[in-house]
Amino acid sequence: MADNSDDRPDKPKASKGSHIVVERSMTINRPLSEVYSFWRDFENLPRFMNHLQSVTTTGDGRSHWVLKTPLPIPLEWDAELTQEKENELIAWRSLPDSTIENRGSVRFRELPYDRGTEVKVTFAYDPPGGIIGEKFAQLANGVTAATIEEDIRHLKQILEAGEIPTNDGQPRGGQ
Amino acid sequence: MKALCWHGRNDVRVDTVPDPTILNPRDAIVKITSTAICGSDLHLYDGFMPTMQNGDILGHEFMGEVVEVGPEVHNLQIGDRVVVPFPIACGQCFFCKRELWSLCDNSNPNAAMAEELFGHSTSGIFGYSHLTGGYAGGQAEYARVPFADVGPMKVPDGLADEQVLFLTDIFPTGWMAAENANIQPGDTVAVWGCGPVGQFAIKSAYLLGAERVIAIDRFPERLRMAAEQGGAETLNYELVDDVIEAIKDMTGGMGPDSCIEAVGMEAHGSGADGVYDKVMQTLQMESDRPVALRYAIQSCRKGGTVSIAGVFGGFIDKLPMGAAFNKGLTFKMGQTHVHRYLRPLLDLIEQGKIDPSFVITHLMPLDEAALGYKIFRDKEDECIKVVLKPDWEAPAATA
Repeated sequence: MADNSDDRPDKPKASKGSHIVVERSMTINRPLSEVYSFWRDFENLPRFMNHLQSVTTTGDGRSHWVLKTPLPIPLEWDAELTQEKENELIAWRSLPDSTIENRGSVRFRELPYDRGTEVKVTFAYDPPGGIIGEKFAQLANGVTAATIEEDIRHLKQILEAGEIPTNDGQPRGGQ
Repeated sequence: MKALCWHGRNDVRVDTVPDPTILNPRDAIVKITSTAICGSDLHLYDGFMPTMQNGDILGHEFMGEVVEVGPEVHNLQIGDRVVVPFPIACGQCFFCKRELWSLCDNSNPNAAMAEELFGHSTSGIFGYSHLTGGYAGGQAEYARVPFADVGPMKVPDGLADEQVLFLTDIFPTGWMAAENANIQPGDTVAVWGCGPVGQFAIKSAYLLGAERVIAIDRFPERLRMAAEQGGAETLNYELVDDVIEAIKDMTGGMGPDSCIEAVGMEAHGSGADGVYDKVMQTLQMESDRPVALRYAIQSCRKGGTVSIAGVFGGFIDKLPMGAAFNKGLTFKMGQTHVHRYLRPLLDLIEQGKIDPSFVITHLMPLDEAALGYKIFRDKEDECIKVVLKPDWEAPAATA
């Protein structure tokens, strides 16, 4: 797939080791407009991103994000849309001086012959100054690149199958 | 409820565990009336499948009565009698839409683990290690069935459990093996391994138009079943000096047009390569023993087809790629897309063209499942297929 992502303005800079940067492609067997609209409503994000408590949109491209955390202090920030091209691209970033810097983008491409929609997701966290990724994972309920990749898989599962497969809560034998 | 749980190599036990509950909107709960031990369960019993965990409930061949449905299951009613396909499939992804049900994208909660090993994830499978989802299996009194609006098929009351139970796996698996063998009129098909899948492959090969079927095994009772039930010619590979030559002799030097491998990762061989594989597997330098596959490749006629139904899980050594390439062979394989075959094979049963209950040699209570595993693995008492009854009313008559 041709991609000119290297000069994208929204591309996260993975310079520091403390960043969590995920880039993942996924093919979703649903129409482009449906996949785009689902993501464009940021309030849907916690339905597949397990590490998010909530995202509330406040109009004019702004949104308020709250992480799930074991701490009594909430980890939250405000974000704004930085790019939006219908059925092509959504990009956002947290507002300056947020406790946690979060950036991301999703590119959408319609596939031929009813093969659905290809999404290319970039999702990045810059934890607060001085905090390394491992510590951030502790603060943010185990968020790592791997869990965010799994969240993106959940997007596909929700849009295609309507639910996320699980074996959590099923019986098992005495250990 | 009672359930057969895996506790380690050679250690399975019927434990009392909590009843399953609906976890997702498309789930159903089935009260199991009949459940079988599959040859592939022996790979778990023998400790050859990675990612098993202490306490896992086994079993992927089961049927019963629907006792609860999730809010998104509209095609099933409480009280429906259903057979449940062993692969779990969402019905909506690229693969399900193309009837490649065992390759479903959305049913394996541990897809990332499978991607590490295979590059991509397969579907979830009941009771078959955490690599295929860690789902609790059906050698139990109850099972939770995900995507129950897609998988389970209602079966007519006029047919006994023993006649329809094997629609869940081994009958479609034998059928798909024969379908993958690309059988043409006049063809001779060799079937390596006369376990239950091999027995169904033999019958399916004839139903799909094979002229001759040659059944290969080393156990007299299995060869006898292949001959008497399947109508196959038989070859005991332990009684001949050179099995390849023996097969060539039986086919006028041509070799079989198609070879079906119905053995898988724990094949036995009588020659030096059989010993080699045993040593390598024991030393964990080779995960699977492909002896039957090698013979199938070596004996198959030029331009023929090798169809693999036996389960492989990892890596194999010394595959005769030169023979495969230079003889221009075609390979087809994979976990069975059971959903695809449920209706057409039920039709064959209803038409009386096949009665799958012929493979059953042992009918036992679920309570005795551990004994069932042992006698099946060790081929004691001429065991070929064990069916377990959770609700045992002693002594039931064999079908």
